[in-house]
Amino acid sequence: MTDIAILDAFFEECEDLLVALSDGLEHMREGKADNETVNAVFRSVHSIKGAAGAFSLEDLVSFAHIFETVLDDVRSGKLGTDDTLLRVLQRAGDILADLVDAARDGLPADADQVDPVVAELQSFLGADGLVEEEFVFEALTLAFDSAPNTATYQVQFRPSREFYATGNDPTLVIAALQDLGPCTVRTLNGDLPQDFADFQWDEGYLTWQVDVADQQNDLAIREVFQFVDDLCDLQIAEAFGDETTPVADDDAPEAALSPETAGPMPETAQEPVVERAETEDAPAKADKPAKRPASTLRVDPERVDRLINAVGELIINQSVISQRIDEAGLPNSAELHGDLDDYKLLAREIQEGVMAIRAQPVKPLFQRMLRIAREAADATGKDVNLVTEGDGTEVDKIVVERLADPLTHMIRNAIDHGIEKPQDRTNAGKPATGTLRLTASQRSGSIVIEIIDDGAGLNRKRIKEIAVSKGLISADLQLTEQEIDHLLFAPGFSTAAEVTNLSGRGVGMDVVKTAITALGGRITISSTTGQGTTFSITLPLTLAVMDGMIINVGGQTMVVPISSILETIRPTDADLSRIGLHSQLLRIRGDYVPIIDLAERLGVRSSSETMTDRVLLLIQTEAVTQCALAVDDIFDQRQVVVKSMQGSYGEIAGISGATILGDGKIALIIDPDAIAAAPTTELKLQIQAQREVAHAAT
Amino acid sequence: MQQHEDPKAAKQIEFVTLVAGGQSFCIEITQIREIRRWTPVTLLPHSPPYVLGVINLRGAVIPILDLAAKLGFRAIEPTERHVIIIISVEERIVGLLVESVSEILGINSDMVRETPRTEEDESTRAINGIIPTGDDMIKILSLEALLPTKLATAA
Amino acid sequence: MTAHILAIDDSRTIRALLTATLEKAGFAVTTAVDGVDGVEKFQSANADLVITDVNMPNKDGFGVIEDIRQGAVNRAVPVLVLTTESGAALKERARKAGATGWIVKPFDDDALVSVIKRLTGA
Repeated sequence: MTDIAILDAFFEECEDLLVALSDGLEHMREGKADNETVNAVFRSVHSIKGAAGAFSLEDLVSFAHIFETVLDDVRSGKLGTDDTLLRVLQRAGDILADLVDAARDGLPADADQVDPVVAELQSFLGADGLVEEEFVFEALTLAFDSAPNTATYQVQFRPSREFYATGNDPTLVIAALQDLGPCTVRTLNGDLPQDFADFQWDEGYLTWQVDVADQQNDLAIREVFQFVDDLCDLQIAEAFGDETTPVADDDAPEAALSPETAGPMPETAQEPVVERAETEDAPAKADKPAKRPASTLRVDPERVDRLINAVGELIINQSVISQRIDEAGLPNSAELHGDLDDYKLLAREIQEGVMAIRAQPVKPLFQRMLRIAREAADATGKDVNLVTEGDGTEVDKIVVERLADPLTHMIRNAIDHGIEKPQDRTNAGKPATGTLRLTASQRSGSIVIEIIDDGAGLNRKRIKEIAVSKGLISADLQLTEQEIDHLLFAPGFSTAAEVTNLSGRGVGMDVVKTAITALGGRITISSTTGQGTTFSITLPLTLAVMDGMIINVGGQTMVVPISSILETIRPTDADLSRIGLHSQLLRIRGDYVPIIDLAERLGVRSSSETMTDRVLLLIQTEAVTQCALAVDDIFDQRQVVVKSMQGSYGEIAGISGATILGDGKIALIIDPDAIAAAPTTELKLQIQAQREVAHAAT
Repeated sequence: MQQHEDPKAAKQIEFVTLVAGGQSFCIEITQIREIRRWTPVTLLPHSPPYVLGVINLRGAVIPILDLAAKLGFRAIEPTERHVIIIISVEERIVGLLVESVSEILGINSDMVRETPRTEEDESTRAINGIIPTGDDMIKILSLEALLPTKLATAA
Repeated sequence: MTAHILAIDDSRTIRALLTATLEKAGFAVTTAVDGVDGVEKFQSANADLVITDVNMPNKDGFGVIEDIRQGAVNRAVPVLVLTTESGAALKERARKAGATGWIVKPFDDDALVSVIKRLTGA
């Protein structure tokens, strides 16, 4: 019973059950729970216990058992759900999740964590509350005696009405006895009613007598009658010698002697008719509307990945073909174009369908955050209410997985640094309980996840001080509020003024940003002093394919995401202004936008020194509102399949990934945010210096 | 490559011998995915000198390293006559540009000698054993030592 | 003839375990995810034996047995109750509902198969 695949399925199911449990407990906490909610909570724990038993996960089973016992008392109304109990139940839910994790990783339970909760749960049960159950299967198999002595046993049984009514069949009983050894079977029909009018169709009148030979004892025989020993008149006795005369049962002789008493009462003769009438209602009863669990299909994720890759190639292939046909300038190509459009549409449809396979609601992820928030609030002595919205929003499975760490970090940060202590909040005229909102929504081709706290807002003065003290910027540098906020994401910047046990884990917001960028996403901050801070994460709907502008930089073909390009400009001298020694500005609609030489940033040589020979891509970025990327040329827009460089090579500054073009060549995909990110020369130099140190180290 | 530690468990190992920086090296054949001719690469910005760029290997993006430069020799000027050995190490696939590939060498594992202690440099650190041949020896490359987990960050 | 088992359990894991165990033993297995699904599948499954969990959403195991026993189809089918509890009270309830027998979770593969073989004559 320990098939690995089934064990995997078990842990997968546990995830779902834990979500249901957490959901239910949350409802109970909000006072919105009805009986079914409590039932569902009970069932979640019960199911985990039941299945865990199959894998001998004892820690999990015994904890789930106590948990379940308390929930059973809640369900039966024996326990009232006050705040204390609910708090314990939620902690128990957390522990259960921990135990599932521990079991998955093959680790022992952390007794320091588990035992106090067990004690608390037990305190609700009282002294006699917990009846220790035996989880051991009642062994049915026999230990064979080595003694060669065997005997013949005589079995005599007369099934009752209930025997038949509960799906038992005497012939199967006899067959089972025959499996044990050579049998002699005879039927005694002495109990049959003399008068056929007295005959009851569902009554048992017949008695079977089976002599089972070669038995060491009667255990195997008794096992055959495991479920029915109370549903038939049963006698098992060792037969001596050739003695096969039926040994009379206690009741049997009477019945045999007075058959008329065996006949049922006339009234009961109506019973079958009544029953039949009821049966017509039965299907209708079964049809009553009920919430049906969605049926699911388990597929190896690798298969889906292969499919996604193939579909990506299909999309590219489609755009290559479109391009070739355009170039060929075929006569009378209107129909062909129509067909091509169909092809394109179908390819897109397949793509969306395939992507949907991997889409998962963010709910389990958000649920985990509820717990993170609870723990963080406990650890910091703050009152925080985490509200989740849009947890039905679906994102790619990979995104769900990879968001867990960044979100955990951000939630902790928001509680540790964002939300004030209850007293400070009261003094500021805010409710003592802080509110943290975690929302997910889909906005025009992107998924937006926001973490919104109603805390004190970012302390910009402090952020700047830290950045200066860490040598990230020079003290006299003038920065906009937005630029200061984005210093949080700078490598080497840690927000913790004093290292707290929560945030002092050596992970900074730069790690969060890196994780988001690796998912092709962006993160922005907005903060209002005294009112709170909002972190917005924008993620692409799909990871595998994106719309890109194909460009040429210093002879290299590269790709810039269309999503970040506002417009493309071929500048004239009138559009350009020099500033400083090397920098130029683009004048557009009365505004000045810094020009970033992409070739220079990437350390390649541009084909032309003259800006008017080049093309400017006006882009929108996080750190700087707008900037213009100077490239040598632009070709066309097309969909590209994004290939990560992380696995084979690692991160490259300014590059988010690579793609393979129609001609088989690789083109790097530019990360405009990273290119434009270094908001100050100092920061850039800092990164440069770090890189040189790293070089020297190897 | 633990085989040479137990001489009694001697078994047949196969190596591909190659030339990089004018010297003979070899790589255990089980770590080699394929050998192909040099084709132009896509350059990577901010990469260390021994990283030549990336190529498309049946839809995968594979970094190509100049083995000679990586070992501290003079960088190879790649031409069509040069060879890329596609290797697989710790689930990563990387191409190594070498001057040439010579032969497949089948030996008993007990023929492998420990590397004599010398002054440590880029190339000796990447060697985890030598095989004496008639008049010379062939150095066994440890790909694990040669290729840190993340090429870019270790650069 | 291959005996056909209808296994009703809201736990995916238990369903998978039952399916694996029973199919290995040569039975054909149909699964249902809750009581309502179970009763519905029973109508057409032509099952030689039903195994049902007790605690399930929408309809519990006793409800399933009652429906089967009072239904028009195959009402004398053997029904095994799969339960984590081994108490006498539960057995009594199961019996009253019309259960043929009961198996305590975690079940022993061989014991389960031998019981099913006995009850189906397979």
